[in-house]
Amino acid sequence: MSTVVKTVNLVKIYQDGAVPVPAVRGVDLHVEPGEFVAIMGPSGSGKSTLVHMLGGLDTRTSGEIWLDGKRVDTLSESAWALLRRNRIGFVFQFFNLVANMTVGDNVELPALLAGASPKVARERRESLLAALNLTDRAGAAPAQLSGGEQQRVALARALANEPSLLLADEPTGNLDSRNTRDVLRLLSEVHKEGQTIVMVTHDARVASLADRLVSLFDGEIVDDGRIARRRTRTAGEVIDLR
Amino acid sequence: MRPHLLALLAKEPAHGYELKQALEQTFGSAYPSPNIGQIYVTLGRLEKDGLIRAVDVEQSNRPNKKVYYLTAKGRDVLEAWVDEPTEGPRVRDEFFMKLVLAPLTGIADRMALISRQRRHYLSLMGDLNDLMSRTAPTDRVAMLLIEGAMLHLQADLDWLERCQEDLA
Repeated sequence: MSTVVKTVNLVKIYQDGAVPVPAVRGVDLHVEPGEFVAIMGPSGSGKSTLVHMLGGLDTRTSGEIWLDGKRVDTLSESAWALLRRNRIGFVFQFFNLVANMTVGDNVELPALLAGASPKVARERRESLLAALNLTDRAGAAPAQLSGGEQQRVALARALANEPSLLLADEPTGNLDSRNTRDVLRLLSEVHKEGQTIVMVTHDARVASLADRLVSLFDGEIVDDGRIARRRTRTAGEVIDLR
Repeated sequence: MRPHLLALLAKEPAHGYELKQALEQTFGSAYPSPNIGQIYVTLGRLEKDGLIRAVDVEQSNRPNKKVYYLTAKGRDVLEAWVDEPTEGPRVRDEFFMKLVLAPLTGIADRMALISRQRRHYLSLMGDLNDLMSRTAPTDRVAMLLIEGAMLHLQADLDWLERCQEDLA
């Protein structure tokens, strides 16, 4: 399998009146199949801009973006839309659900659009809603749901087309700790099943599920390394509240 | 551990091993399991200070066991412990000392120190996640203890980011 994401000297410069504002300044990032990469850094470090560019939601100023071995930064907007429909799942801090469709249909639609049979799309919808404790909410309209529930629906929707890449920008920004637990469980499950994930987050609980941490500062990667796992530790040694 | 043992003995007299079990049952797997030797040493000191007293209870086929109970003086000390405000968050942080002092010597640069520390915190958070998934949700005390540790860690990470913005 080829590298899922590759960027080459990726640059984004916003124009604020006469002043050019560099947001991303020469990022080279490779993400392999099945990897879970967390992206952290202070606000204004370019994290959101980077994942938006990876999902084709923002255009690059210069540099290259490759997805699944195919160059995509040169694609037209409609080609990007097709690519997102088939290959990319996206979760934002503000969930962007379709307001006049039920929760269940919001989750089922992406699978149908990506070409799944109605039977498969329905099964996928049911298993995702169950995993996120949303089965009884399937018939509700998004507006009837709490913020935490809407965010979980957004995650279910992003996973519905079994994307080769899941992109997320602060996906637990609105969740209390119980809702966060459901999201964490689903993320670690799909990650175990081989889902490739690139996620911007401030939430250490979510970030700690990742295999690898990329730290951005001033639009550049300042650290890129694995997050160590020490499963042999006994419970009592873990907590020492000071 | 002194006030913790006093509190348990205020509830009912107990011998050393019962106290160890009571701590473990109350706080669950998240709490460092107390060493029985440490408990006996602490009980000895509390007895010497007049905060608890022991009676020997005869057991058939076994040596006598010592059952401890709280004295009036012990109750006063326990009440004082409950009444006094508990220490706030620490202001001296070992990592912060490193972050400020090490670059002055040229041994390390701040960006590298911050990045390594961030990954270390995430790895600790991973341990807490594992621990939480192994703990029964009905075990409220243990869950809250883990959640507390997670919130502290999150604050440490947020602070690290502030350090990065202002110092690196």
